[in-house]
Amino acid sequence: MGISLAAQIYSVLAALILLTSFGLLVQRRIYGLLHIFAWQGLFLSVSTAVVGYSAGLHHLYISAILTLTLKVFVLPYILYTLIHKLKIHKEVEDLVNIPTTMLIGIALVIFSYYLTSPIRELSTFVTRSTLAVALATVMLGLLMMITRKKAVTQIVGFLSLENGLFFVATSATYGMPLVVELGVALDILIAAFIFGIFFFHISTTFDSLDLKEMEKLKEED
Amino acid sequence: MALLMVLGVSLVAALLLALAGDRKYAPEINIFGSAATFVASLALAMEVYEKGPMIAGGNFFFVDAFSVYLTVLTAFVSATTAIFSRRYMRHERSHGKVGKSGMKFYHSMFQLFIFAMLLALLTNNVGVLWISMELATLATVLLVSLYRTPSAIEAAWKYFILCGVGIALALFGTVLLYFAAEKVFGEGSQGLLWTNLTRVSGRLDPTVMSLAFIFFMVGYGTKVGLVPLHNWLPDAHSEGPTPISAVLSGLLLNVALYALVRCKVLVDGATGSGNKTGYIMMAFGLLSITVASFSLLRQKDIKRLFAYSSIEHMGIATFAFGLGGHVATFGALLHMLVHSLTKSAIFFTAGHASQMHSTQDMKSIKGLIKGNPMVGWGLMLGVLAIAGMPPFGVFTSEFLILTAAMKSVPYFVPFFLLGIAVAFAALFSKVMPMVFGEVPANQSPLRAAHLPVVIHMALMLVLGIYLPTFLSNWFHAAVEILR
Repeated sequence: MGISLAAQIYSVLAALILLTSFGLLVQRRIYGLLHIFAWQGLFLSVSTAVVGYSAGLHHLYISAILTLTLKVFVLPYILYTLIHKLKIHKEVEDLVNIPTTMLIGIALVIFSYYLTSPIRELSTFVTRSTLAVALATVMLGLLMMITRKKAVTQIVGFLSLENGLFFVATSATYGMPLVVELGVALDILIAAFIFGIFFFHISTTFDSLDLKEMEKLKEED
Repeated sequence: MALLMVLGVSLVAALLLALAGDRKYAPEINIFGSAATFVASLALAMEVYEKGPMIAGGNFFFVDAFSVYLTVLTAFVSATTAIFSRRYMRHERSHGKVGKSGMKFYHSMFQLFIFAMLLALLTNNVGVLWISMELATLATVLLVSLYRTPSAIEAAWKYFILCGVGIALALFGTVLLYFAAEKVFGEGSQGLLWTNLTRVSGRLDPTVMSLAFIFFMVGYGTKVGLVPLHNWLPDAHSEGPTPISAVLSGLLLNVALYALVRCKVLVDGATGSGNKTGYIMMAFGLLSITVASFSLLRQKDIKRLFAYSSIEHMGIATFAFGLGGHVATFGALLHMLVHSLTKSAIFFTAGHASQMHSTQDMKSIKGLIKGNPMVGWGLMLGVLAIAGMPPFGVFTSEFLILTAAMKSVPYFVPFFLLGIAVAFAALFSKVMPMVFGEVPANQSPLRAAHLPVVIHMALMLVLGIYLPTFLSNWFHAAVEILR
C-alpha cells in the first residue's frame, strides 16, 4: 500500500467520521444513536490502524484495538443494557429545528477548517488535512450536548466528542504516548460506570431521564 | 522514597476504606492516612528544599518548588479536612442522611481524590497530569450526589458534564502541545515531559502553541471555576457534603490553576515577547472577580455564598499569574496558599452552622456566637480574613498583587478594587446576622470539630504577620520557575 493510497483511505474514513457526527446530531431514536456511535468508533479504530500501517508504528495497533473494544463493543453494550433496564428504548426525542442545527453544524466545520489552516501547512504527515475534521467532530459533539435534553443522548454526544479527541491524537501526531492513551481509556471506562450509576439515580429520582426536569438549581432573583 | 509514600499512602487508604469505610474506626483510618501523607510530603519538601528540583522514577515524576509547595498544602488541608469530616460525617450518618455504602464510598473516594491531585502535582508528564485531573473529577462527581436529593443529583450531573467537556478540551490542548513537541523531539514519549518541554520551549511552534493555550485556558479554566465557565461550581459546592466542598474549593481549584500556569509558561516560551497569554488570563481573572463579587450579593444559601467567594479568589490568583513579574507571581502563590487555608476553614464552620440549624438557608441561621462560640467566631474571623482584612494572610497577598497591578496595569486596578469592595460588603452583610443575635428556636447544640478551624486560623494569622524564611525562599524559587 503506497502512501497516497493510505492517505486516500484515511481521508475517506475522516469523511465517514464527520458524516456519523452529523448523523448523531439529528438521529432521534435511541437505538439508532447507538448504532451510529458504534460505526463512528469502528471508523476511528480502522483509521488508527491505517496510520499505524502506513507509518510502520506498531503501538498504534494497540490503540486501534483499544478503540475497537471500548468504542465499538463495551460502551455501546453498556448503554444498550442500561437503556433496556430503564425501559427507555422506545423513546423518541423531539428535536426542534433540525435544519438550523445542521446549518450550525456546517458553520462549525468551516470554522474548524479556518482555525486549523495555519497548522495544516506545518504538518508533513499523510493525515494533515484531517485535523480540521477532528476538530469539527469535537465541536459537533459539543453542539449535540447543547441541543439534546436527555441524559443518554448527552452522554452519546460526550463520547462522540471524545472520539474526535482520539482522532486528533492520531491525525495531528502519531497517537499519544501509550501510557497516556491507556490512562485516557481507563478514565473513559470509569466515566462509563459513573454515568451508568447516574442514569439510575436520575430515573429513580425524577421518574425520567429527561433533563428538562433538572432545572431547580438556578440563581434566584 | 518520600515521593512513593506521598502517593502510596492515599491509594492504600482508599482501598482499605473501600472495605472498612463504615466501621467505627473508619474516620480514624482516614485521618491517619491523610496525616501520614502530610508527613511524607513534608519529608519530600525538605528534600527538594535542600537539593533543588528532583526527577524520580525514570523521568516519570518531577518535583520542583512550585509543585512541592502545592503538594504540602494539599496533604495538609486533606489531613485537617479528614479531622473535620470525622465529626461532621458521623452527624450526617446518625441523622440518616448517608447510608452504610454511602460512608464506605465517601471515605474511599476522599482518599482517591487526594491521590489524584497529588499525582497531578508530582507527575512529569503533561498527559498524566490530564489523566489525574480527570480522575479527580470522576472521584468527586458521585460524592457531590452523595445525599441523593434531586438537587444533589442535578448538581452532580452538571459537574460531570461541564467538567467532562472542559477537561476534554484540555486534552485537545495536550494533543496540540504534543504535536508541537513532536517536531522537536520526534516520535515517542519524550515530548510530553515538563523537564524536556521547558528546556526547548523556544523551539516549539508559536501558532500551534497559541491554539493549544486557548484550549488549556478553556479546559483547565473550567476546573478553576473562572467566569463564564463557572456554572458547575456553586452547585457542586453547595450540594455535596461539606468536607468535599472544603477540599474542592481549597485544593482542586488550586491544582487546576497549577496545570494552567504550567502550560502558560510553556506557551510564553514558544511565543516569545508580548504577554498575550497573560492578558487572556487577566481578562478571565477580572471577569471572575467582578461577576462573582456581584453574585455574592444575591446568595441565600451559605455554602453557595462561599462558593462564589472561591470563584472571586481564584479570579484574583489567575489575574496575578496573568500579570506576571516577580511581585505579582509571588502574590499569586501566596494567595493560593492563604485562600486555600482560609476557605477550607470557613467551609468547616459553615458546615457546622448548617448542621446546627438543619438548613443551609442563611435566613434561618442565627445567633451562632451565643449558640456555639467557637463556630460563631470561627465563621466571623474566617470571613474577615477572606474579605482581605489585616492582619490575616489574604490581606498580604492581595496587597502584593495590587501593588504590582498599580505599577504595570493601573487601568485594571479600579475593577479589581471594586470587586474586592463589593465582595467585602456582601460577605459582611450576610454573615453579621448569622453570627450575632439571640439563639433561635431551630438551633440545636452540636459537638463540632474545633481543632481544624483553630489550626487554619492560626496559620492565616501567622502568614499575615510574618512570612517564614523557608516559605519565602520557596516562593522565590517557584517564581523563578514561572518566569
